[in-house]
Amino acid sequence: MRGKFAVKQISVFLENRRGRLVDVARALSEAEVNIRALFLADSSEFGILRLVVNNPEKARAVLSAEGFAANETDVFAVEVEDKPGGFYRVVKTLSENGIDVEYTYAFAGASNRAILFFKVPDSEFDRALELLSKEGHKLVEATEFYT
Amino acid sequence: MSLKEKDYMAREELQSLQLKRLKETVERAYHLVPFYRRKFDEAGIKPSDIRSLEDLKRLPFTTKQDLRDNYPFGLFAVPLEQVVRIHSSSGTTGKPTVVGYTRHDLNVWTKVMVRTYLMADVNEKDIVHNAYGYGLFTGGLGFHYGAEAIGASVVPASGGFTKRQLMLMKDFGATVLCCTPSFALHLAEVAKEEGYNLKEDFKLRAGFFGAEPASKALKETVAEEWGIQYVEAYGLSEIIGPGVAASCKHGNLHVFEDHFIPEVIDPETGEVLPDGEEGELVLTTLTKQALPMIRYRTKDITVIHREPCPCGRTILYIESIKGRADDMLIVNGVNVFPSQVEHVITKVEGVTPNYVIVVDKKGVLDKLEVWVEVDENILKNGVGTLERLQRKLEDELLNNLYINAKVKLVEPKTLERSMGKAKRIVDRRQLEGGR
Repeated sequence: MRGKFAVKQISVFLENRRGRLVDVARALSEAEVNIRALFLADSSEFGILRLVVNNPEKARAVLSAEGFAANETDVFAVEVEDKPGGFYRVVKTLSENGIDVEYTYAFAGASNRAILFFKVPDSEFDRALELLSKEGHKLVEATEFYT
Repeated sequence: MSLKEKDYMAREELQSLQLKRLKETVERAYHLVPFYRRKFDEAGIKPSDIRSLEDLKRLPFTTKQDLRDNYPFGLFAVPLEQVVRIHSSSGTTGKPTVVGYTRHDLNVWTKVMVRTYLMADVNEKDIVHNAYGYGLFTGGLGFHYGAEAIGASVVPASGGFTKRQLMLMKDFGATVLCCTPSFALHLAEVAKEEGYNLKEDFKLRAGFFGAEPASKALKETVAEEWGIQYVEAYGLSEIIGPGVAASCKHGNLHVFEDHFIPEVIDPETGEVLPDGEEGELVLTTLTKQALPMIRYRTKDITVIHREPCPCGRTILYIESIKGRADDMLIVNGVNVFPSQVEHVITKVEGVTPNYVIVVDKKGVLDKLEVWVEVDENILKNGVGTLERLQRKLEDELLNNLYINAKVKLVEPKTLERSMGKAKRIVDRRQLEGGR
């Protein structure tokens, strides 16, 4: 299942300096990379920008060429109904089965559906996919985000 | 006797040769250089007082300041007609130090460079890519003529133009690399960025690295990345340039004792320390004509070893330079060598070996920051992992160096990459007139 549902997420290290976020956005824009979802985690001195894009290989190459520390990580995506309890049902399944969520983020798309992204420990990745699928959650294929 | 055999002379034979040459050097310095005559007279010592190698310690020291005070040619022991080459330091910290060579001196230099190259059995089949700067700096021409004398094919690449250098190294099939350790690391980084496979695209088998101190860990990184024998080449222009000492396959830095006598002294008292004790390296030239150097204080911190080396050489060896005495930072009273900081950083996973030490004042206290570039492989983890990495580095620095340092993670390539010597220290204290 992993091959089908592992979404290549790009992580970018950013120092807390004015203009760094603009530099990332400009680089991706100029390379015509489309950002499908993003999430910025920060500490007092630096941040890590997580991106799901339509062309991860290209995004990573562009960012590396621009001098950013960038890396690829596997996350997975779950589609839920855009209404109260949608997120809860998914994290409940994970929690009840002892799978830790390292971080998660989401976006509300069109037609009343929302997409949730999850990063879980690598050793638990396959088990998480199997469980969610067995419990009737709708996993989203990675290719849906790519063009 | 072949050049290599000089490294394996019987000790008694070597010592009698040293004594003979020392007497000649002292005699010449006294009679031909007014500076030395004055210093000897002040110390109440005459060349005839030098009867054994033990007597060397009775002679006064020579310092970099003496060279500056006698700028440019005041310490030369021959008329300028006999000088065939002049080198000079950049003089960024004052008047440059100027050194001269007679034809004989250049021959000596070539011989010790050949012996340096023999540490990795460099021969006429080798292609030597020499990325030391050519010009006033002694690195470029020193390594150049040594390799040429062996009959190797020398590529006088000089510094800069990293990508072009990589292309030439690959296309010409360079087997030997000569440059500073930080440039060797820089070349490896750029090569990887350019998509080269370091071990498959290049034929390097050995490298001769010097001109700046490097930690054991940095040496190991360079050796592993390139898959080569790492030869440390030690020298300084005041003595001859590179070619004072070179490390054998066992990593011991052998001094070419038939040309240079090393001593280690207590930098405070000037007293000669016993073998095995750490202190400032002092060198005396035995065969230099144009610029004899008597008990020159190198400011380099090391230890002398006279126990036998497994390589079989009978010449003594010193420990890899721990730092320059003048690179040494005093942070809230604690001595800190950049190479120690480097050693800690290269041991911890998640950061690259590129770092800068920033010292500043916070009130009356010194504040030390170490900026390190992150390794992208760690980014797949959460922010917490990076914060833990920061703390781990801070703990390691405290445990190993007894200093409270603030570690700052920075983006790759934000720290200045030098083509020559790496700039590892930013000391803001002086700028504010703090000391």
